[in-house]
Amino acid sequence: MDELMDFAEVLERFDPVLGLEVHVELNTASKMFCGCATAFGAAPNTQTCPVCLGLPGTLPVLNGKAVESAIRIGLALNCEIASWCRFARKNYFYPDMTKDFQTSQYDEPIAYEGHVSVETGGVVYEVPIERAHMEEDAGKLVHVGGATGRIEGAEYSLLDYNRAGVPLIEIVTKPVFGTGDRAPEVAREYVADLRDMVRALGVSDVRMEQGSLRCDANVSLMPKGSDTLGTRTETKNLNSLRSIERALRYEIRRQGAVLAAGGRVTQETRHWNEAGGYTTSGRSKEQAEDYRYFPEPDLVPVAPSREWVAELRATLPEPPAERRRRLTTEWGFTEAEMRDVQGAGALDLVLATVVAGAPPAAARKWWVAELARRANETGTDLDGLPITPAQVAAVQALVDAGTVNDKLARQVIDGVLAGEGDPAAVVAARGLAVVSDDGALGVAVDAAIEANPDVADKIRAGKVQAAGALIGAVMRTMGGKADAAKVRELILTRLS
Amino acid sequence: MSADILRATAAELSSELAAGNVSSVEVVTAHLDQITRIDEDVHAFLSLDAGRALDRARHIDAARAAGEALGPLAGVPLALKDVFAYRGLPTTCGSRTLENWVPPYDATVTRRLADAGLIILGKTNMDEFAMGSSTENSAFGPTHNPWDLDRIPGGSGGGSAAAVASFMAPLAMGTDTGGSIRQPAAVTGTVGVKPTYGGVSRFGLVALASSLDQGGPCARTVLDAALLHEAVAGHDPRDSTSIPAPVPPVVAAARSGDVSGMRIGVVSELGGEGYQDGVEVRFNEALVLLQKAGAELVEVSCPHFAYALAAYYLILPAECSSNLARFDAMRYGLRIGDDGTHSAEEVMSASRGAGFGEEVKRRIIIGTYALSSGYYDAYYGSAQKVRTLIRQDFERAFAEADVLVSPTTPTTAFRIGERIDDPMAMYKNDLCTIPSNLAGNASGSFPCGLAPEDGLPVGLQVMAPAMADDRVYRVGAALERELSAIWGGTVIDQLADSTAGDYLGVSREGVL
Amino acid sequence: MTLTPDDVARLARLARIDLTVEELTKLAPQLDVIIASNRLVSEVATADVTPTSHPLPLTNVFRSDEVVASLPVADALAMAPAAEEDRFRVPRILEEEQ
Ligand SMILES: [Mg+2]
Ligand SMILES: [Zn+2]
Repeated sequence: MDELMDFAEVLERFDPVLGLEVHVELNTASKMFCGCATAFGAAPNTQTCPVCLGLPGTLPVLNGKAVESAIRIGLALNCEIASWCRFARKNYFYPDMTKDFQTSQYDEPIAYEGHVSVETGGVVYEVPIERAHMEEDAGKLVHVGGATGRIEGAEYSLLDYNRAGVPLIEIVTKPVFGTGDRAPEVAREYVADLRDMVRALGVSDVRMEQGSLRCDANVSLMPKGSDTLGTRTETKNLNSLRSIERALRYEIRRQGAVLAAGGRVTQETRHWNEAGGYTTSGRSKEQAEDYRYFPEPDLVPVAPSREWVAELRATLPEPPAERRRRLTTEWGFTEAEMRDVQGAGALDLVLATVVAGAPPAAARKWWVAELARRANETGTDLDGLPITPAQVAAVQALVDAGTVNDKLARQVIDGVLAGEGDPAAVVAARGLAVVSDDGALGVAVDAAIEANPDVADKIRAGKVQAAGALIGAVMRTMGGKADAAKVRELILTRLS
Repeated sequence: MSADILRATAAELSSELAAGNVSSVEVVTAHLDQITRIDEDVHAFLSLDAGRALDRARHIDAARAAGEALGPLAGVPLALKDVFAYRGLPTTCGSRTLENWVPPYDATVTRRLADAGLIILGKTNMDEFAMGSSTENSAFGPTHNPWDLDRIPGGSGGGSAAAVASFMAPLAMGTDTGGSIRQPAAVTGTVGVKPTYGGVSRFGLVALASSLDQGGPCARTVLDAALLHEAVAGHDPRDSTSIPAPVPPVVAAARSGDVSGMRIGVVSELGGEGYQDGVEVRFNEALVLLQKAGAELVEVSCPHFAYALAAYYLILPAECSSNLARFDAMRYGLRIGDDGTHSAEEVMSASRGAGFGEEVKRRIIIGTYALSSGYYDAYYGSAQKVRTLIRQDFERAFAEADVLVSPTTPTTAFRIGERIDDPMAMYKNDLCTIPSNLAGNASGSFPCGLAPEDGLPVGLQVMAPAMADDRVYRVGAALERELSAIWGGTVIDQLADSTAGDYLGVSREGVL
Repeated sequence: MTLTPDDVARLARLARIDLTVEELTKLAPQLDVIIASNRLVSEVATADVTPTSHPLPLTNVFRSDEVVASLPVADALAMAPAAEEDRFRVPRILEEEQ
């Protein structure tokens, strides 16, 4: 087990420097260089053809939609868009690559020199973007015979090339300085913002758990007062926002301990172990791999016209950070409340619910508290729940109209999630409307008073807060469907 | 009858088939018989597809009988270099690695041949992965030059050229990366054209060097080559480097052969020292004939051609080291050492070590070196700059001349085994042909006689600007017309009617 | 001699080609000669010359984002040296993914 230094202590002596590489799988219908479908989860090798299998004689033809998406991502990252750029071959042998080179971009990325601002804890950090370039994904390996399906100890491996050739955009930051003890959060927020931005662009599903957004996090430590960069490590296999933050915190503590003990950080790839909460050493990069890049002769250069770029710029949505700031103000949320919404991945859902007529606070409450819990229970994303923002707004409208109370409203939501129809239909079918009719409630109130003479006496003596016990009794008789305010009013009238 | 069929050109067969004087089944059968009879000596073919060829011939005959509209070459047989993917037959590229590989798809060229009604007899021998100038690098043994079976038929497309020269097929498809169509054409006395880069689709052509490779026709006459060129050329959306423009009027040019007023530039750098006397003699005679036909001769200089060979032997190995990486024994091809004790990495290296021949290994290692970090600028980067300089040489020369000419090869066919252990000597075969590949322009080789000292064919190379392929054919046709007027036939007819060609069984005496 | 048998061995490893000792001893001097003569290119490859990567000046060749039928799995796997559960079977891999 690695020696770790206390996080605060590391930060007293060192400044962390971040570098983030994010791979975004585009949601084009077909692959980068062939017409095979890209749908996630298809049966093995059913989405392959001579081109993406790299069969002898085949040639790539570039998917124009992928270029368009790359340019839009570049623009959203405030990048320059190259007026002329090429693909290159990155040569290395690995069984998941059918040609034993990756068709990628090297020194001529389609987008370069951008920046995004990331806000955390009320502070805005500028993250400089070095480049965003196009490349292709590799196939998927299953390791057989090892204890855990891992590469170590496996007897052999099986390959599914459905993912081979799916278009990727790799977004690389420049070194990010000055984040101090917030480094792990800045990294997390950066990726969260990137995810929201790409989702808003509509160019990727950005599902970390499915691998359509993947992050490699680099970090090094620079002694305070020095301007010499330390040796960095690159942590892979980060498949949630939380793991990015945790892994970086771990690496910072580990590197701090190594340096404090007079050791040297090894430049290497490390792997994040989610369950154990630690990183392990992977491939050492001491002898850098020689990728022998050269311009891809089978693809011609990409030269986006200024007109095309301008056209694409006009399609950009509002930048997520700006949008979030605007909505925080418009909705009257606190920073913390907005962070919760953001953290639950509920911003778009809350917005849609507000648009459908619900008060922002109520919309937030339903999505962040109630529905997030249910999504968690069923192991799906919020937007995977079978309930629409319009239905949530309708539930809130029933609450506001006094037709249901909060407790009943939760039952209405149960019904909607169970596929029983819209909220109004669920209320009707389950008989969930509260009773506010004086006659029926009066009978129940009288019965409650008679059954609890001592409570009634206290109220008569002026202890109004004791009414709660009688309200509870009425609720029990009415099966929870009584209008609580009305019951209280009736009790107080009778006992005053 | 059979010898008549074999001696006939594709154009002649086309009209005989159209007139109903012969059936495609008869034509295909005659050629299959010729292959059976002589290919043991020549070894032009790596595989035969007799059953399917005859089926297709029957199909074409039936279609013709039913009055269907057919292309000019419908029913004419052809030999396909074993580098084009063709479903149902192995595509070996002359390599052990691919000995049993049957592609699950057709090359665009293969598909267009089928669409044009051409009938593929089989696949022809070649230097492994098209690396070589003698077809000695085939893993399946060398092809022999029909003019002298002890000599090389050129390479890499020696099988295609030899098949055509020995009357086993009237037409063949080749590929040309640094001269692999033109050099075999020159040393076998046949016609071979490398179209403008991007003129013929590379989809389904197993890549040697992507930025240099180009498929093209092999034939015994200029018109035949043009007819085949027209059948396979044209834009292909599956090849990003395919030119989205109409095919130049090559057939019309081959029929016309009109060079009056044409300025023919003689490249001063391509001749002199290192060029066989007989080659220069025949080349100069050809120039006189072209002048007589109305062309104007001008001298042009292309100073950077001196660097072409060096640049080529960096660019080609670099690209091929990457193109051939996929032969890693994981998805197809020869796999060695998969016994449960060896890792994927070890199996890859063992399989490639066993599956690749010496020349392939040589070039992959040179290419790996030329691209490796620290050497890229000095080697690959510089070679790409030389490419620019050569292109500029061509541009300047084409401002002064409509076409450029040179001998196709410095020497006639050498003996099998003569240069196999001297790679540099072997590479020099391609001295004259390489510049057109580096620049991407159109280029062809046409017979211009037999060298007096050895009686072997000499080729004249015609180079034209990109997409001016028709000029190549125009000059080729003029030369063919002038020479045939003197000889009473083509160079290949001289082989057929000579004692050296007796084994071919197609002499005029035999015919008559 | 600038390219030693050791250099050739290193390059062969990078290119994933097993070479015998005999091959190494034969190849090294041959490659050395070839590379030495190819060094000629640097004589004229001055800084002001732009390199040519593609012989023709085509740009922006795109296909539209349309799905085309894939190969039947049996065809995709037909030539595989080994297959299992509709996947290509390969020997155990020692190195990690890139
Ligand atoms: Mg990458
Ligand atoms: Zn595909």
